[in-house]
Amino acid sequence: MTTLPASTDKKLGLVIDLDICVGCHACVISCKEWNTSNYGAPLSDMDAYGENPVGTFLNRVHTFEVKSAGCNAQTVHFPKSCLHCEDAPCVTVCPTGASYKRSEDGIVLVNESDCIGCGLCAWACPYGAREMDAAEGVMKKCTLCVDRIYNENIPEIDREPSCVRTCPAKARHFGDFADPDSNVSVMTRERGGMELMPELMTKPVNRYLPPRPKADISGEIDILAPLLTPVPENKGGFMGWLDKALEAI
Amino acid sequence: MTVHQPVVDTNAKVSDEIRKTTCYMCACRCGINVHMQDGKVKYIEGNRDHPVNKGVLCAKGSAGIMQHYSPARLKSPMKRVGERGSGEFEEISWDEAFDIAVGWLKPVREENPEKLAFFTGRDQSQSMTSWWAQSYGTPNYAAHGGFCSVNMAAAGIYTMGGAFWEFGAPDWDRTKLFMIFGVAEDHDSNPIKTGLSKVKANGGKIIGVNPIRSGYNAIADEWVGITPGTDGLFILSMIHELLKAGKVDLDYLQRYTNLPYLVNTVEGSADNGLFLRDAEDKPQVLDRATGKPVAFDKPGVKADMAKGYEVDGVTYRPAFLLLAEKYLDDQYAPEMVADRTGISAERIKKIAAQLAHTAFEEEITIDQPWTDWKGEKHTKMIGRPVAFHAMRGISAHSNGFQTCRALHVLQILLGSVECPGGFRFKPPYPKPVSAHPKPHMGVTKGGPLNGPHLGFVRGPEDLLLKDDGTPARIDKAFTWDNPMSSHGLMHMVISNAHAGDPYKIDVLFMYMANMSWNSSMNTTGVMDMLTDKDENGEYVIPKIIYSDAYSSEMVAFADLILPDTTYLERHDCISLLDRPISEAEAVADSIRWPVVEPDRDVRGFQTALIQLGVRLGLPGMVNEDGSAIYEDYADYIQNHERRPGVGPLAGFRGEDKQGKGRGAPNPNQIQDYIDNGGFWTDHIPEDALFFKPWNAAYQDWAVERGIFDSIQPYLFDVYSEVVQKFRLAAQGHGQHQPPEHLREQLDTVMDPLPIWYEPFEETLVDKNEYPIHALTQRPMAMYHSWGTQNAWLRQIHGTNPMYVSGEIWAEHGFAEGDWAWVTSTHGKIKVPVVRMDALNGKTIWTWNAIGKRKGAWALDEKAPEANKGFLLNHLIHELLPAKGDGMRWANSDPITGQAAWFDLRVKIERADAGDGVSQPNHPAQKSPVGQGPKDISYGEDF
Amino acid sequence: MHPAPSVILFTSLSGLGFGLLFFLGLDMPAVSGWTAFAFFFVAYALAVGGLLASTFHLGNPQRAVKAFKQWRSSWLSREGVFAVLALLVMGLYAAALIFLDMRLPLVGMIGSALSVITVICTAMIYAQMKTIPRWSQPMTPVLYLLYMFAGGALMAAQIHLATVLLAILTVAQILHWLIGDKAFAKAGSTIGTATGLGILGQVRLLESPHSSTNYLLQEFAFEVGRKHALKLRVIATLCVGLLPVLMLLMTPAGHLVSLVALVLHMIGLFSARWLFFAEAEHVVGLYYDKHRG
Ligand SMILES: Nc1nc2c(c(=O)[nH]1)N[C@H]1C(S)=C(S)[C@@H](COP(=O)(O)OP(=O)(O)OC[C@H]3O[C@@H](n4cnc5c(=O)[nH]c(N)nc54)[C@H](O)[C@@H]3O)O[C@H]1N2
Ligand SMILES: Nc1nc2c(c(=O)[nH]1)N[C@H]1C(S)=C(S)[C@@H](COP(=O)(O)OP(=O)(O)OC[C@H]3O[C@@H](n4cnc5c(=O)[nH]c(N)nc54)[C@H](O)[C@@H]3O)O[C@H]1N2
Ligand code: SF4
Ligand code: SF4
Ligand code: SF4
Ligand code: SF4
Ligand code: SF4
Ligand SMILES: [Mo]
Repeated sequence: MTTLPASTDKKLGLVIDLDICVGCHACVISCKEWNTSNYGAPLSDMDAYGENPVGTFLNRVHTFEVKSAGCNAQTVHFPKSCLHCEDAPCVTVCPTGASYKRSEDGIVLVNESDCIGCGLCAWACPYGAREMDAAEGVMKKCTLCVDRIYNENIPEIDREPSCVRTCPAKARHFGDFADPDSNVSVMTRERGGMELMPELMTKPVNRYLPPRPKADISGEIDILAPLLTPVPENKGGFMGWLDKALEAI
Repeated sequence: MTVHQPVVDTNAKVSDEIRKTTCYMCACRCGINVHMQDGKVKYIEGNRDHPVNKGVLCAKGSAGIMQHYSPARLKSPMKRVGERGSGEFEEISWDEAFDIAVGWLKPVREENPEKLAFFTGRDQSQSMTSWWAQSYGTPNYAAHGGFCSVNMAAAGIYTMGGAFWEFGAPDWDRTKLFMIFGVAEDHDSNPIKTGLSKVKANGGKIIGVNPIRSGYNAIADEWVGITPGTDGLFILSMIHELLKAGKVDLDYLQRYTNLPYLVNTVEGSADNGLFLRDAEDKPQVLDRATGKPVAFDKPGVKADMAKGYEVDGVTYRPAFLLLAEKYLDDQYAPEMVADRTGISAERIKKIAAQLAHTAFEEEITIDQPWTDWKGEKHTKMIGRPVAFHAMRGISAHSNGFQTCRALHVLQILLGSVECPGGFRFKPPYPKPVSAHPKPHMGVTKGGPLNGPHLGFVRGPEDLLLKDDGTPARIDKAFTWDNPMSSHGLMHMVISNAHAGDPYKIDVLFMYMANMSWNSSMNTTGVMDMLTDKDENGEYVIPKIIYSDAYSSEMVAFADLILPDTTYLERHDCISLLDRPISEAEAVADSIRWPVVEPDRDVRGFQTALIQLGVRLGLPGMVNEDGSAIYEDYADYIQNHERRPGVGPLAGFRGEDKQGKGRGAPNPNQIQDYIDNGGFWTDHIPEDALFFKPWNAAYQDWAVERGIFDSIQPYLFDVYSEVVQKFRLAAQGHGQHQPPEHLREQLDTVMDPLPIWYEPFEETLVDKNEYPIHALTQRPMAMYHSWGTQNAWLRQIHGTNPMYVSGEIWAEHGFAEGDWAWVTSTHGKIKVPVVRMDALNGKTIWTWNAIGKRKGAWALDEKAPEANKGFLLNHLIHELLPAKGDGMRWANSDPITGQAAWFDLRVKIERADAGDGVSQPNHPAQKSPVGQGPKDISYGEDF
Repeated sequence: MHPAPSVILFTSLSGLGFGLLFFLGLDMPAVSGWTAFAFFFVAYALAVGGLLASTFHLGNPQRAVKAFKQWRSSWLSREGVFAVLALLVMGLYAAALIFLDMRLPLVGMIGSALSVITVICTAMIYAQMKTIPRWSQPMTPVLYLLYMFAGGALMAAQIHLATVLLAILTVAQILHWLIGDKAFAKAGSTIGTATGLGILGQVRLLESPHSSTNYLLQEFAFEVGRKHALKLRVIATLCVGLLPVLMLLMTPAGHLVSLVALVLHMIGLFSARWLFFAEAEHVVGLYYDKHRG
């Protein structure tokens, strides 16, 4: 079963909107917090108060700067967790079958009791979505909060990933990409949701919505922009306008 | 092939119980659901029902678990046994701690109450701590607002009866054009993010004005990378453009502002710049129908704003004309300000045009009739969907008060305050200056102060000067140096106390402020002042009491430590008397309660303060027989009454628990709050939702809710007569006169209409030598110094590089991995540099408060925070470089005393990386709590 | 990639071990009795030692047996399975040879074939990694096989064959480097495709997600200086093949010469293998702006 299911009933995943992500790291810590005390081994922090703290996180936010010649540069905050690829190379390399993709919803998971901690799946993942927990020696990754999204002990409205529920900017959306009418499918269609590194043919399920064009980036002022026209002098200039306008009140 | 998948328990139990309280990983006050398992905190999520965060949480909020279990938590009261600053302490009992404190404070109160300086930091209990201080009788009380953002607060209240953040918010649901000036994160952390997201979802546009394009500015649809300190010019230039094109909301100005008021225009007269008033002291406007002056509030009058009025040879002109003339002047033309602001004239014009377009062409209406304060009925609510928000980027400059005023004036000219789609107040605001107290200084030996410490002066007569003209307060608040310093000047307390200027004090009592480190300018100097001894070998500041919850840098500098609980272990109230959690649509307040009991010998500070007050026999805290009125803070929260029927919490009052805002104390009020999710809220009626300062329904509702005892309608003070009164004094009028050396400055800056002037530091340093602006920004995932003890957050921000603009980077030939010396007129630091292009070309910046002192926060002395991380504060001095006359003026706004953190000018040079340690690097202080464990796996137990 | 000693030892030693087994299975050299024992002992020590070394870097070595399960899809699993098969079959062959003085040529041939397959599997673990373009080239299995054959031949005292193979190996190794040097660019992944932001302009990392390091950076973001790499390449080229070939050609054959040649070869092998990992760039480095190619 380390082989991939031919197809999955659902394709659950996330849409991440780079146009509104402010880079607050809320999703990072919420993810850590949920996942350290729920499914699987805790996410440890080595040398937690020391010189070189290193902890396991399943979601991290990078910050990039994009610039083209002669234009203002722009800053883009970029959260990244497992993309739950359809052709997940991390699954097929796994020698133990610990890594697998669920046939019902496409979630890629690690069965920690089978994981030998060889690290191969992390090598195979282009996106850096897997981290070996230094304390437990097992591979950790985003579970798409599989223990939340179906959990009947959680109110229905909260049956979504921890990171999605917490995102203050609503930059993260959870849904089923197999359903063309789902929120995530619609957003992907309308906003040109991107695949990361499509050339590697992993077919990531998660999509990224690109930042919308910025009005200052081109460096030029749109000459068609409605500039303010001063009150004409022949109409009495400012005082003339004022008088008329007061009259109209 | 059949796929065999392991069975995953997708229905695992989440927790035994959820306890709902309020987050305090920062001052935003979000509601949290604390999941408890086996009596332990397991998972914290946002409370969906909560008015502030509606379910979301920020990184700090989620990291609350790690704060709660932080190894840096103080464990017990302590008294200093080594030298100050060394960190050598002995744990003592609470009884001993109280005995020491009473031993120090009782004689001071009986002999000279002003020798206690009690200043509190980032707390949310100022209504209680100020009550305590008033009862004790010292005039020396304030919180940290003076170095934080008093310009924003004072300018807001003096101009429009309310300020941004906790006192108001953009109408996120309706606004179509949102402009955000100088904000990195702000207090309203989560609501701003959610709001930005709403604006985008609704197809609105966001313009970010900030030298640095990160965070909110990164997602703005348009970025204006302004040169620091020049926002005033940019704003006034937009006002110039709008006026020139006649794009201001005259109807709104005529109805809701003081711009129609008639102003005396006789140069040199003692009444110059003051309003024409009638016998009842009411300002006069010119009735357009009769051409005669009438009281501003006369129903049915349409005021003329175009014509002057002459009587007895005195010419009065409506303030609007003064405003128009001032800003139509060519000095405000976009072409004239482009170079200075770093914004092209075209862009300024374009943005002004967008403001006008959105305000006037995209007007929105809500079909909701309402009645105004003069009884006039309106059939609908008209909205101008332009909203602004701003914070310390415009306020933490020495021209900040006037810049903040300029921004509010722009908003008001567009008619977009308190209308649909604009900026809206949150109860208890709007609240005119007249409804605020004035500051008080009346000291009686052994007795309480004669009134609240802080307030809003109405003119020179309200300054807190002793008979000999010297400052009454240790921080020199409300003096000619900074007459309108409504929040005090906490940043001057230590240096003034050290200098004995205006006088010496005996006990410095501080709470929740890391004053020896990141909240001070001139950090090294402050540490020296705290440890300095006089010729007798005694400390110059004799006694220091401090309350912290954690092993911060400041702890080492105290003689007596009162250890606080963590926020999950104590009672708190986020009160309408202080800074509640209201929304524009509802009044709301909330509590914290001990969702877990402390496992250390610590007490909630407010409880400790009450218990100390009882031991000191302070009025209001003890009965006639000396017994305690309130056992602890929870008791106080439920039973204290400020005015009859009005107490710290507004909800569930009275015996029937139905009281909203008013009602007898309810002895079970806290439980009622807990049962309600930790907060209480009451919606404002539909017809009272907008135009609150002038809306009769709102005014009535506010009185019903106990916000006011009588209705308080008012007009916006676009033209500030209060400010003009100080200017008149500077010109030699009136009996209260400033010292000579301040006349010229006061005459310039005390302009009743907003102006821009060059930030002081820039006028004093050689701009060729120090060509660069240096700034700090708050990281969203870290709260000042106190996130560093958090094992999760410190991995995100464990070091802070200095970000250098592409321009400066190229000019100095920096390469990746380089270090630099950054030098100001005051100091020099060595720091790692990183290139950033999305940054104003003349600017460098770093994250605030990441650098730590070795030994603090229970970290290893090798921690990156203490070796690579650094503070910019070493470069900023609380005094400016000497002027021509040899005098050193405060590095503050001359009106409010706001610390001018962002006026800093520096130069930069490449440095040898050497050992890769930032400079200055102070020796370690001893950790009074030991060091945190090596490896952790939080969550193991579940 | 982080050049972990365990993987370097694993791939190098097991390659040599299976190389020797390959030749032993083909009766090259024709040995029996204690001599055979000695040869097989060395071969097993290398192969098994290498395999054991590979478990050092496991987070949970006690579960190592689970690694045999996924032979249908996982090259690592296949490698395990074939290694065990090869070792078992060769064990049978060796036992017969040593204790019964009986040569079972078919078994030997099967064992040799299994050894080859094992090394192919090892190589494929790396060659399949699209995320590491330097490895993801057809030359990777070729190179691993050549190392196996050349090293095996050297140890099996097949001097002539070894000489030829070492020469070819040297060329192959250089080719692998040359192709490898261009592989990242050729694969087409850039910080622009990694972030999708390439459409907007030049992308660079402004701020790492965390100021502290993480597993990915420790595992993947190993940087070798160009100078250092070049020096090692020269050493590897000299030691892997050139010097041994020259020695074998120019000095009379003998145990000592073969031993020195072998030692030199192993120095070359370890340097080359160290470089194989250290120079390999993982595409995840793009997210950390570690690839500036
Ligand atoms: N360079 C530069 N310096 C700045 C600024 C800047 O922009 N640039 N900003 C300034 C501003 S606006 C501010 S407000 C200050 C903030 O600076 P500080 O007020 O010093 O803020 P914190 O670092 O949060 O420190 C508050 C102290 O409260 C303690 N504390 C935390 N929780 C509790 C608790 O529950 N109970 C008690 N008793 N104590 C607690 C912490 O341990 C810490 O010692 O920094 C100022 N300094
Ligand atoms: N996560 C987190 N939240 C916090 C805090 C925290 O420490 N961490 N601190 C809290 C406190 S005490 C406060 S006071 C608030 C402060 O909230 P903010 O005001 O958002 O705080 P700063 O980080 O000081 O941000 C100042 C911003 O102004 C910009 N700026 C500087 N000079 C100028 C200028 O001349 N013009 C313009 N237009 N912009 C300028 C800077 O680039 C920066 O983005 O945040 C509160 N919230
Ligand atoms: S929580 Fe949302 S806004 Fe914040 S970093 Fe994550 S995705 Fe971005
Ligand atoms: S993102 Fe990485 S870990 Fe996740 S499915 Fe794709 S390859 Fe596997
Ligand atoms: S680390 Fe675990 S999950 Fe990953 S490949 Fe190895 S056994 Fe499979
Ligand atoms: S879906 Fe769950 S596991 Fe995945 S990043 Fe979000 S919070 Fe973490
Ligand atoms: S903004 Fe974050 S830290 Fe502040 S109160 Fe809300 S959740 Fe807590
Ligand atoms: Mo602040």
